[in-house]
Amino acid sequence: MKKQIHVRVNGLETELEVEPRMTLLEVVREQLGLTGAKLGCDIQVCGACTLLLNGKPVSACSVLAVDADGGDVLTIEGLAGQGSLHPLQEAFMEFGALQCGYCTSGFILTAKAMLEENPRPGEAEIRSYLAGNFCRCGCYQEIVQAIKRVAGR
Amino acid sequence: MEETETGESIRRLDYEAKITGRAQYLADMKVPGMCHGKILRSPHPHARIRSLDTSKALSIRGVLAVLTRDDIVKDQGIDPYYGPVFKDQTIVAVEKVRHVGDPVAAVAALEPEAAEEALSRIEIDYEEMPAVLDVSEAMAKGAPLLHESVRMPPHGFADLAELKPVEGTNICTHFKLVKGDVEKGFAESDYIFEDTFTLPTTQHCSLEPHGCIASVERDGRIVVWSTTQNPFVVRTQLANIFKVPVSKVRIVVPYLGGGYGGKVYPKLEPLTVALARKARRPVRIVLSREEVFYTITKHAAVIRMKTGVKKDGTLVARQCEVLLDTGAYAEIGPRVAKKSGYTAAGPYKIPNVKIDSMSIYTNRPPAGAFRGFGVSQSAWAHESQMDVIAAALNMDPLEIRLKNGYEEGSEFVTGETLTGIGLKECVEKVASAVGWREKGERKSNGPLRRGKGIACMIKATITPSISCAVVKLNEDASATIYTGTVEMGQGSDTVLAQIVAREMGISAENIQVLGVDTDVAPYDLTTSSSRSTFHMGKAVQLAAQDLLNQLKQIVVQDYGVPPDQVKFSNGRVQFLETVLDYQEILFKRFGMQGGTLVGQGQVKTKVTHERGVKTTSSFWFLGAGAAEVEVDCETGKLRLVKYVTAVDVGKAINPLGCRQQLEGAAITGMGQALFEEIVFDNGQIVNPNFVDYVLPSLGDMPPSIEPILVEVPHLEGPFGAKGIGETALIPVAPAIANAIFDAVGVRIRDLPIKAEKIFLALEEAKKKL
Repeated sequence: MKKQIHVRVNGLETELEVEPRMTLLEVVREQLGLTGAKLGCDIQVCGACTLLLNGKPVSACSVLAVDADGGDVLTIEGLAGQGSLHPLQEAFMEFGALQCGYCTSGFILTAKAMLEENPRPGEAEIRSYLAGNFCRCGCYQEIVQAIKRVAGR
Repeated sequence: MEETETGESIRRLDYEAKITGRAQYLADMKVPGMCHGKILRSPHPHARIRSLDTSKALSIRGVLAVLTRDDIVKDQGIDPYYGPVFKDQTIVAVEKVRHVGDPVAAVAALEPEAAEEALSRIEIDYEEMPAVLDVSEAMAKGAPLLHESVRMPPHGFADLAELKPVEGTNICTHFKLVKGDVEKGFAESDYIFEDTFTLPTTQHCSLEPHGCIASVERDGRIVVWSTTQNPFVVRTQLANIFKVPVSKVRIVVPYLGGGYGGKVYPKLEPLTVALARKARRPVRIVLSREEVFYTITKHAAVIRMKTGVKKDGTLVARQCEVLLDTGAYAEIGPRVAKKSGYTAAGPYKIPNVKIDSMSIYTNRPPAGAFRGFGVSQSAWAHESQMDVIAAALNMDPLEIRLKNGYEEGSEFVTGETLTGIGLKECVEKVASAVGWREKGERKSNGPLRRGKGIACMIKATITPSISCAVVKLNEDASATIYTGTVEMGQGSDTVLAQIVAREMGISAENIQVLGVDTDVAPYDLTTSSSRSTFHMGKAVQLAAQDLLNQLKQIVVQDYGVPPDQVKFSNGRVQFLETVLDYQEILFKRFGMQGGTLVGQGQVKTKVTHERGVKTTSSFWFLGAGAAEVEVDCETGKLRLVKYVTAVDVGKAINPLGCRQQLEGAAITGMGQALFEEIVFDNGQIVNPNFVDYVLPSLGDMPPSIEPILVEVPHLEGPFGAKGIGETALIPVAPAIANAIFDAVGVRIRDLPIKAEKIFLALEEAKKKL
């Protein structure tokens, strides 16, 4: 039996009909066509599916869509402004903080949440906060550099 | 942006799409009418299938088709047997299953949930058979055989033509290489060392799982979107399986979310096409993480090394036996074993060498290509043993490598002459960067001991091979590159664009690199073996030169200028007193705004027969790594303090891209060295997920990984460039093990190097005191 939910997705008020078993990731990807968040491990470990729910990073593979009812969701597609990229997006490109790009939206959104909690994190905090996101291509040093650049502003 | 003589770290062409979430990967794609496929897999490592009953599955609402052996063996339009080297795989199991996870049936349904439900209703009667679960069981006398006989493909790979399965055994292939006389060499040696080293099965763990969408058109044309690193090989395999010409098979490859060797050769494609054919609509299958672990792995290995040396550290003879667990199907294991064998004696001048390198069938999931391709296995052995020897002779590990290491013009094991060999430069650079000479001054801090270790490597690339490219000059003077090289994160789109940009004197931003589509792109063998910059880079360079020649011809014909008066500079053509841009020349030729020129380039690697010796490799990978570690003597806990990696890149086309590749390979090497390991229980994987199979994260990173680019230009590479993707991974594990020995005096011979192994080795060492 489908349930009606109401979520704000990238600033847009959205009414959705979802099966109670569906995850937030499935709904965002399949129903809304926002495919920037990826399914990596399916068990809340790798961070590739990270979205911001009410400003906090969540593993969307392990959040039920019905539990996001009334919430505010930000995906990578909603991060850039009109005609301008978010400073984290600019910094990730400048420092080469990605290769295959599969983990990138998760890293950027997690970093955004961290910078909102603490606009000036030290290197140790950056490393610890992002230890739950995997980058198998191994761009960790560049990711830390990119975030430090934004944090320094 | 920083520049070297020929390189510039320009922003990568794929970044903007990836940074905004717009880049399309396979699981993001939908095609009209698409339904969903799921695979039923064997729960047994080795079992005969007595019977299958699919009637209950077919009654589930939304189920469109169930594929079993009945569909593939009775259909005249299908040859169910395939495989890149030997035809020992089937689309789904026919007579028996050979590993846990072996596909037995597949379901297509309107919704994934219906497909899942249908899988659970398929009834299979298995008769379990004795299994061989590792290399020693497989090699034992009277061991049950996985394959009684193996079908050969009609046209195999040129470099593997001489390899055949050893009849009546589980030996899939046995590669032999002999130089000089090892027995004589051992007799002449002052000391002989014998050691055995092992590595476990591991997995690539691309964050993107394998996926495939297949559609069979009414006229029999097969269209496949797939996460593949070598679309042209998959195209040939599908053409053979479904008995159509290759031109009737089209493979499209979106961006890959990592490959690392895990996405070469057919994986899901044959099954997905067979299912789409039966369901009569497009089918999409995307694997779960657990299924990925059962689809392809990296070869576990047992390596025995016997080495004879003189008192002064000169290597006299080396005998290597490399046993690689290739799992249930040959896949590309025969080439892994061959590559592993070629360089199993290490990057050293040794007059007497004997190598036996085997791929061996076991009832485990198939093992195939993995970044480092057999050489990360053999290097673990030869580089660990170099330090065993150095310690026994009281020699500096750096000195013994410099004393024996290959140089420009050294003779390889096969007898050919080595060129483009920046080995010693790499070794010296990492030694200097890790502070090797200050090694003696280390201080201990309570139970914490520090040590430094070094390791180096040589590896061959796939030879011979082919890369063809087309570059189109558009009417606005921009260029479009058509190749079969797959952008999987390694930065190939950008590097190819940079090569064409430099050759034509235009900006890389004015160059578009098209995604791979075999209907459009000319042939390329594969995006693997770190071959694309060298081979495809050269092909696009030749295609760009072809375009410049055509422009020159137009000027000669249309302006009546002698050819030697025509010069190119910064995207313009100069002749006499005139300077024209490409757009003006096109306008002159076509007489209106429109028209294109097409340039083409082909690279087929030379197989020169120097003194009757075939070329092993069109260029060589050389590199070195150095680690500084801190070991807690009370617990065995290891901390990587620093890691330095140096790679001979030939010339860095994009220095930032090179550093990314070096660091990334080193980090994967770290995971392989310290914690990655697939654990089996009766052929079943105990840890097929990212909780129990641990990947390196930011929390595991040393404070610094320092990549060093060594540039020893290769005469045949584009602007001197070589491939680099795998090199930096290979020395990591032995460099760390050698650093542990330096710190606490214990030798770890079996990967991964977990704290408990160091702890137990320390306890063992205490007993001997």
